[in-house]
Amino acid sequence: MAQSTAAHTHEAHGHEAPRSFIFKYVFSKDHKVIGIQYYVTAMLMAWVAGLLAMLIRLQLAWPEKTWPGLGRFLSAGFTDGVMNPEFYAMLFTMHGTIMVFFVLSTAPVSGFGNLLIPLQCGARDMAFPFLNALSYWTFLPGCVVILASFFVGAGAAAGGWTSYPPLSALPGTIPGSQAGQTLWIVGMVFFIASFTMGGLNFLTTILNLRTKGLSLMRLPLTMWSMMLVAILGLLAFPALTGASLMLIFDRHFGTSFFLPAGLVVSGQALVGPDGAPLHQGGSPLLWQHLFWFLGHPEVYILMLPALGFTSDIIATFARKPIFGYKTMAAAMVAIAGLSFVVWGHHMFVSGMSPYLGMAFAVGTMLIAVPSAVKVFNWLATLWKSRITYRTPMLWAMGVVSLFISGGLSGILLGQSAVDIPLHDTYFVVAHFHLIMAGAALFGVFGATAYWFPKMFGRMMNETLGKLHFWLTFVAYYCVFFPMHYTGLAGHMRRIYDPYQYEFLKALQPINQFITVAAFVLGAAQLIFLVNFLWSALRGQKAGENPWQANGLEWTTPSPPPHGNWPDEIPEVHRSPYDYSVPGVEADHVMQTDPAPVGERAPHHAG
Amino acid sequence: MPADVLEKTPTFSGPGGGAGGGGERPGGGPGPSGDGAPGILGDPAAFALWAFLGTVSMLFLGFTSAYILRRASADWRPLAAPPVLWLNTALLAASSVSLEAARRRLRGWDLPASERWLLATGLLGLLFVAGQYAGWRQLAARGVFLASNPHSSFFYVLTGVHAVHLLGGLAWFVAARRRLRRLAYAPGEDGLRLFATYWHFLGALWAYLLVLLFVL
Amino acid sequence: MSKLQGLLFGLSTLALVVVGVFLFTKPWMPPLKSDRGGIDDAIWLSLVVTGVVFVATNLMLAWFGWRYQDAPGAKSAYWHDDPRLEWGWTLATAVVMFFFLFKALGLWAQVTSPAPADAYVVEVTGQQFAWNVRYPGPDGVFGRTDSRLVNPGAFNFIGLDPDDPAARDDLTMQNQLFLPEGRPVRVRLRSLDVIHSFYLPEFRVKQDAMPGMTVETWFVPKEAGTWEIACAEHCGLGHYRMRGVMTIVPPGELDARIREATAE
Repeated sequence: MAQSTAAHTHEAHGHEAPRSFIFKYVFSKDHKVIGIQYYVTAMLMAWVAGLLAMLIRLQLAWPEKTWPGLGRFLSAGFTDGVMNPEFYAMLFTMHGTIMVFFVLSTAPVSGFGNLLIPLQCGARDMAFPFLNALSYWTFLPGCVVILASFFVGAGAAAGGWTSYPPLSALPGTIPGSQAGQTLWIVGMVFFIASFTMGGLNFLTTILNLRTKGLSLMRLPLTMWSMMLVAILGLLAFPALTGASLMLIFDRHFGTSFFLPAGLVVSGQALVGPDGAPLHQGGSPLLWQHLFWFLGHPEVYILMLPALGFTSDIIATFARKPIFGYKTMAAAMVAIAGLSFVVWGHHMFVSGMSPYLGMAFAVGTMLIAVPSAVKVFNWLATLWKSRITYRTPMLWAMGVVSLFISGGLSGILLGQSAVDIPLHDTYFVVAHFHLIMAGAALFGVFGATAYWFPKMFGRMMNETLGKLHFWLTFVAYYCVFFPMHYTGLAGHMRRIYDPYQYEFLKALQPINQFITVAAFVLGAAQLIFLVNFLWSALRGQKAGENPWQANGLEWTTPSPPPHGNWPDEIPEVHRSPYDYSVPGVEADHVMQTDPAPVGERAPHHAG
Repeated sequence: MPADVLEKTPTFSGPGGGAGGGGERPGGGPGPSGDGAPGILGDPAAFALWAFLGTVSMLFLGFTSAYILRRASADWRPLAAPPVLWLNTALLAASSVSLEAARRRLRGWDLPASERWLLATGLLGLLFVAGQYAGWRQLAARGVFLASNPHSSFFYVLTGVHAVHLLGGLAWFVAARRRLRRLAYAPGEDGLRLFATYWHFLGALWAYLLVLLFVL
Repeated sequence: MSKLQGLLFGLSTLALVVVGVFLFTKPWMPPLKSDRGGIDDAIWLSLVVTGVVFVATNLMLAWFGWRYQDAPGAKSAYWHDDPRLEWGWTLATAVVMFFFLFKALGLWAQVTSPAPADAYVVEVTGQQFAWNVRYPGPDGVFGRTDSRLVNPGAFNFIGLDPDDPAARDDLTMQNQLFLPEGRPVRVRLRSLDVIHSFYLPEFRVKQDAMPGMTVETWFVPKEAGTWEIACAEHCGLGHYRMRGVMTIVPPGELDARIREATAE
């Protein structure tokens, strides 16, 4: 009796549709709206971080050139038209910070995760809609604080996105370590709180609210990636929370978590009036351990959703099941698990014990195995498939390409001794921009083109989409692939004027090439902006299933109504990748199709 | 986190199901977990709470490893525990006992008794926080401050972060008491279960911190 | 639907492979001047193996991406599992990675091994923005330093204690480093303020200078000459100009060169 009452209550009450504009589109509890809010905010932050990168490239190509126009517009950062070192330090610090956290942890995860999880899981909304809304409205202040930090007296944080103390802990060591660094920490606390709320929602929804018949082994790989990302976030971010708190105390309250004794800044020993050192036996290494304990899982948080999107998209556009579904899921689980034991590979030359270096090299080399397996499985999926190149498919192929390029350079960096000449050079910059930033970015663009119908009920323009892809794909490689070479040549990171060094002078033409390519890359994003806005308002209206795909999200109108399905929530009977099933005339069989058509048994029995 | 924030309908839909927290149940359609019956991993709010406790545990694990590493330094001067801490520990333990009593009374539908025990829990919790502050004052009176030495730094940070989480627990107490008074729970329902989980976790965490700081 | 996109993707992937691999064959690394040739060998071997994988996977990506485009009458093969194949390539990858791992651990053990007992010792203390070099002098002992004794005006950048007899014969200089050719050199790295990183590109030496710690690294310079010292860890506004000059001299001339430099 209680059961049917419950069913009646849930279906009848569902989720009361809000009526006023402000509760429909601003303070909405609907996961689709929240997802779009996150997405749009992240893309706006991307423009800021992208512009910062353009300025970095300008400086690296022509360090002593004067830029009168820029100098007037950004007067705080330029002196007589020449960029200041303090401005440059702020540029690379905030480019990294904004891109890693506020763009690429947000758009794929909070953006598409929110949009897709209830849809792909067969739920009317996330488990905790109010908490979901709260998470966005905690994220937004974080963005505001981070952007505001540019405008405080001595500028935004300038100690690198990794904020290593003592540089980040002692205001006297660099201007950005004054108020800017404090605001960096505050902004990060908002971000972490928001991400934690999101992670709780994601994990609970995926594990508890799947519709009937949707076993874990029938989930689209996108859902696997979101589940793993949630777990990574929940378990890894606390390390940075704790470290940030301790950094605040070192900065403002005289503690010595990260600050050792015997410091001398600008010729002045840091001692109190009684001559005793202000700081005792703190350790800068401690910050590095805590930071990278988060930092390494963090880069997989950026990358895993893209891997999930790519699988969903390739299956749809190659009209073929993903090869080795179980392996693909297991590989992501292995990657996520191993990501917790490799953080020290960022610290091989830090002065930590060489035995630790050995231990971290082991995990790092191991993590290449599941990553390689994913590439092989995608290739096997493409073999003897039937590919139609729409915009999403191009981006997915781009992800595979970048994953190969970026992953292979990791094999050099993971060999601890090989890392010695390569650490803190542009070889590392090439590596992570290809595999992490590139894969995440291409994943976001692919996901946008693919799930645009579910966001706005319209299709994106194919011509603009393809043009955007090609310009971005070629320019992206032109920007980052040459960095392998400059890195091998010894070009350090975070360097305001490399040509102070004889051994780097010959690399200036390459830096100039990279800069020009970067400008093309930046300009190409305007095509996306136009396409996005125009298509959202005037794009061709989309039906329920414009791509003839199998997942649950394609069983409801575009965009889905409040409550996601107008009537009953469908039940699932098969895997999401049953394309080109022999004996079936249609080249796809929806997940909701009950009959074991043409097959003697369902493929991935729960 | 206050149960209201989680927007969850109690697992057994009764008169309180619709009236409380908006009655919305975003759960999926008929299915292993979507119809309000406990899912594979228990009800969503309980699951989310345990996941959150995992996050909190990782935070203190991070602090623990920092503490252990830092303890190896030459400038470590072990601190003697301010005496009031032992009283605070007793208060917090008592609050867990009173909370269990409140919980049992609620399940037995003895609402006035439940409310009294719940109130006792809240008061004891508040006393604990006040006592922790008193502990800080006791240290300050001895001239031991946040930056005095590494052990004191960790003491202030760990007790401070724990106290912040306990204040969150007190906010939850306020919400739980309000729900109780509004008769938001159903007869036989273990309405205080989630709050108790969080509260006992904080007690256990405190015991752990005490051991870490002063016993090990 | 035209096959243009697949063709474009295939061709651009091919272009990446051809140009990318070709450029990797160029000698980018500064010519090696130390005993750390093992690192160069490891890099070369890694590039060869990853290069082969790069070429193979990209060729497949390009070919499949073009060849299996939709055409009238085409149908996908409903082939989505082959455990033996999957185990095969997984194990093959694991074997390759283990091979690299063992080589890497051996090389790492070598590079991080303690310096030989007869190594020539020098201390380098990084600061914003200079390298302070210190020699122990004839007594072979580094004198006591104290941060409170730092006095840049008196050229006491590292806080040498004048009351310590061992400190009296210490020789210090800034941004210059003289080391003996052909003999193991042990560098003790320290920092006064923030994290710096002592970087000798031609010698494959890079080690962070961590405040509060003394970290050591050792190597054997193999050729006389002059090379640059760079800082490889963001240390503030002057990070880009934290440049030093290292001169490797025949052992017989070393003391004279050091005395000459400190006299200035």
